Amino acid sequence: MLNKYPLWKYLLVLTVLALGFFYAAPNLYKPDPALQITGENSSQVIDAVMLARAEKALDEAGIEYFGEEIDADGRNALIRLRDAEVQLQAQSRVARALGDGFIIALNLAPTTPDWLSDFGAQPVKLGLDLRGGVHFKLEVDVESAIDRRMEYYFNATKRALREARIRGYVNMDDQGRVETKFKSEALREQARDLIAENHPELMLDRVDEADSWNLYAAMTDATRSEIAEYAVSQNLTTLRNRVNELGVSEPLVQRQGQNRIVVELAGIQDTAEAKRILGKVANLEFRMVAKLEAAPSEKQRFEYRSPDRAGMSESLERDLILTGERVSNAQASFDQNGRPNVQISLDSEGGMLMSRATRDNVGRRMGVLFIERKFRTRYEKQEDGTEVVIKVPYDEKKLLTAPVIQSALGAQFQITGLDSPMESSELALMLRAGALAAPISFVEERTVGPSLGAENIRLGVKSVQIGLALVVIFMVLYYRVFGIAAVVALSCNLVLMLAFMSLIGATLTLPGIAGIVLTVGMAVDANVLIFSRIREELGNGLSPQMAIHSGFERAVSTILDANITTLIVAVILYAVGTGPIKGFAVTLSVGIVTSMFTAIVGTRALINLIYGGRRVQSLSIGGGH
Amino acid sequence: MKTLDFMGQRKIAILFSVILLAVSIGSLATKQLNWGLDFTGGTLVEVNYSETADLNAVRGTLETEGFAGAIVVSFGTDRDVLIRLPKGYSDQQGAQLLDTLQQAYEGTVELRRIEFVGPQVGDELREQGGLAMLLALGLVMIYIAFRFQFKFAVGAVVALIHDVLVVLGFFSVTGMEFDLTVLAALLAVIGYSLNDTIVVSDRIRENFRKLRKVDPVEVINISLSETLGRTLVTSLTTMLVLVALALFGGEMINAFAIALLVGVFIGTYSSIYVAANALLLMGVNKEDLMIPVKEGAEQEEIIP
Repeated sequence: MLNKYPLWKYLLVLTVLALGFFYAAPNLYKPDPALQITGENSSQVIDAVMLARAEKALDEAGIEYFGEEIDADGRNALIRLRDAEVQLQAQSRVARALGDGFIIALNLAPTTPDWLSDFGAQPVKLGLDLRGGVHFKLEVDVESAIDRRMEYYFNATKRALREARIRGYVNMDDQGRVETKFKSEALREQARDLIAENHPELMLDRVDEADSWNLYAAMTDATRSEIAEYAVSQNLTTLRNRVNELGVSEPLVQRQGQNRIVVELAGIQDTAEAKRILGKVANLEFRMVAKLEAAPSEKQRFEYRSPDRAGMSESLERDLILTGERVSNAQASFDQNGRPNVQISLDSEGGMLMSRATRDNVGRRMGVLFIERKFRTRYEKQEDGTEVVIKVPYDEKKLLTAPVIQSALGAQFQITGLDSPMESSELALMLRAGALAAPISFVEERTVGPSLGAENIRLGVKSVQIGLALVVIFMVLYYRVFGIAAVVALSCNLVLMLAFMSLIGATLTLPGIAGIVLTVGMAVDANVLIFSRIREELGNGLSPQMAIHSGFERAVSTILDANITTLIVAVILYAVGTGPIKGFAVTLSVGIVTSMFTAIVGTRALINLIYGGRRVQSLSIGGGH
Repeated sequence: MKTLDFMGQRKIAILFSVILLAVSIGSLATKQLNWGLDFTGGTLVEVNYSETADLNAVRGTLETEGFAGAIVVSFGTDRDVLIRLPKGYSDQQGAQLLDTLQQAYEGTVELRRIEFVGPQVGDELREQGGLAMLLALGLVMIYIAFRFQFKFAVGAVVALIHDVLVVLGFFSVTGMEFDLTVLAALLAVIGYSLNDTIVVSDRIRENFRKLRKVDPVEVINISLSETLGRTLVTSLTTMLVLVALALFGGEMINAFAIALLVGVFIGTYSSIYVAANALLLMGVNKEDLMIPVKEGAEQEEIIP
C-alpha cells in the first residue's frame, strides 16, 4: 500500500522527538541567581558554621535565599537567591561576613530537576554576549622563550669549551644561531663532538672561511616547536591557577591555535582587576637563609607554605639572589639512586647570579619563596553614608623549601632530599607557577555588560518568534494541510536543535541565535521542494497517492545535495572561524542535520498519517489542486 | 506548466550583472570597505546614559581628557552611545574612558560593552576570512564536479563569486561597517546561494536526460520555470525571517541581517541567471550529462 510507513518508522520518529523534548526540557527551568562560596586555597573546607554566618548576614540585610547546600567534599557552598537584583548586594554582605580567604562568586545555579539531570540533560550554555562577562585573548610570546633557550645554549657552549680548553671564539649571530670560530679544523672537530654530546638536539653546520673553521649550532624545527608548545602549556596552567583567584564560576581557559589563549569570565565587570591578576609576573624569590649571628635588620622570618610544616619558619636574608623571571624550567625527576628531586634551569643571567651567590656559600641553606598577591578587604563609610569596599592588595610570601647548597650552582641545579615523588612534583609545579615560561600580552578583549546580555537574549528570542510566526502564516496559507505538516515539522526542528545543542554542550551566542533564525527560513526549503514536486506531479496527472510518493522520492536527492554543500560551508566556518563565527557555524550545522530529519522523515510521517493508505480524491496543498 | 522564456533575456541579464559587478569592484577598489573593529584593531566602548546623551558634550569631554580621535555616535537609542578609539590606544584605555565619562556626567553611565582588538588579530582575521572563503568555494566546486559535472561546478562557483562580490560591493557603496558577523553572513550567503543553484542545476540535469530532442536554451527555460515556484517561496520565507531579524534583532545583529538579505536577494537572481547563463556560455549539452556507461567515461568528462 502506498504512503504507509512501517510501524518502526513511526516509532523512530516518536523516539527521536521524545528524546528531543526530554533533552530540550532543562531549558524551560529558569536558573536561580546564586552565590558560590569557595576557599581561596584548596585546603580550605567550608563547613556548616561558615554557611550559617553567611546566612545570618543575608538575614540581617533582608535578602531572601533558599536551597543552601555544601557539596560532598566541602569545597563549595551554594546559596540560591530569590531575586537577581540583590545578587551583588548579597555578594558583598557575605564577603564581609566571612572575611578574607574566601571567594564569593556570582553564579546562576541550574534548577534542572533530578529526573532530567540524572540522564545528563542540562540547559544549553549561554555565551558571554548573552549573559555578560569578559572575553580575553592573550598571546604567548613564543619567540622570547626560544631566544631565552638559545641564550642558554650560547652560555653552555662557552663554558663547555672553556672547561675542555678548546680555544675559539663564541658568538650569537644575527640569525639566532651560536657561532663558533676556530683556528684549526682539528679544534673544530673536538668542539663539534663536545657540543653534539652535550646537546644532541642541536643542528650543527660546518662552514670554512679563509683562515677560520666555523661551526654553527641551530635549533631544529622540532626543538623550536617543542619549546613553543611548552611555553604555551606552561602559561595555560599558570593562567588556570590565577583565574581561580578571580572567583568566577565556570571560568574558561582554552588554548586557541598556535600561541593564543582565550580566557572567558562570566559575570566579571572589573576588567582592570582581572587583567592585573592574569598578567602578573615574577613571584618567586631565591634568598640565602640568614646566618644565626646576622643582625635583625638584615633578616626576615617566613613561614612554610606547605600545610605539613604549618607553624614552622625560617629567617632569610633581606637581599635576594634572583626572582622567578629567571627560572626557565623546573621538573620533577629522580637522581641515580632513585630518590626524588627537582631539576631547575635558569636563564643565563640567572645562572651567573646563582653561581656568584653560591660559590662562597657551599654548606649554607638557600630559601625559595613563593609570592602570591592577595587582598585585604576594608569597608569605609563615606560622608553621604554609603559604604565603599576598599581592596588593599598585599603580597603574601611563604617559604617553599630551604635546601642545603652542596656545591657551587650554575644555570642548572637540583633540589634533592625530598621525601616523596609527590613532594617533588608539587614543588616543581609551584616553581613553574611562579614563573611565566614566556611573556603574554592581551591582543583582544570584549566585555559585555549584563544589561546588554539580557537585552540580546530578549531581542534574539523575539526575532525567532516573529520570524517563525511569519513563516507559519505563509506556509499554512500557501500549502494548506501540507503547510500545517511542514510547520509542525519546523517546530519540532527547533526543539531538536535546542536539545542537540544542550546535549553536546555547545554554547549559544547571539550569532548562534541568528543561525537559528536563518535555519527556520531555510529548513522549510526542504518542504517547499517536496511540496512543489507534489504539485507538479499532480499537474502531470498523477493520482494524489502517487504524487505524494514520487514527490518525496524525487525531491530527496536534491535536498541531500543542497544541504550537503551548505554543510560543507558550515564546517569550514567552524574550522577556520573564531568566536562569533564558530557560534553561528555550530547552530547552522546542527540546524541542517536536524532539519533534514524533520522535513523529510517527520513531514512524511505526518502526511502518511493524514493521507496514507486510503483512497484520496484530492490533496489540500494549495495552488489550485 | 507554462514555460517562461528566461534565457530570452539573458543578454540583458549579462549586462545587468556586468554593471553590478563593475560598480562593486570599482567601489571596492576606490572606496574599499569600512572595516569594523574586528579587522582594524582598536577599542570600542558602548555605554548607556540614564538620560538622553549629549553627544557634543561627550566629544568635548573625551577631547579634553586626552582621547583624541575618538569617534562618538549614538547607537540605536538616543541614550546609547558608541565610542570608537583608533588603533594605538592600549588595552587599558577602555576602562579609563568609562571612568572619565562617568566623572563628567551627573546621572549614571552604564557599561554595555568594551571591545579591544589588537592590530595583529585584525590582520590575521582578514587573512583567515579570505582563506575560509576560498576554501569554501574550492571544496564546493569539487563536490559539485563530483556529483554533477565540471561545467555545473564552474557555473555554481561563478554564481557564488558574483554574489559575494555584489554583497561586498553593497557594503562598500553604502559604507556600512564590515565586521565579523558580516563575514559570517557572507559565508552563509555562499551556503544559501549554493543551495539555490544546486536545486536549479539538479532540475537542468534531470531535464537534459529526459527531454532528448529539445535544445539546451529551451531545456534550461523549462527547468527554470519548473523550479521558479520553489525558488521564490524559499527566498520569501528566508527573507521573512531576515526582515524580522533586521527589525527586531537589535543593533548588534543588524548588519548581519542586512548582509544576508542582500545576499539572499542576489543569490536568488544569480541561481536563475548567472549559473544558467554560465552553463550556456560553456556550451552545456546533453552529452555532458549522459549517465556514464563505464567508470572511465565519466573520468574524461570531469577533466575539462
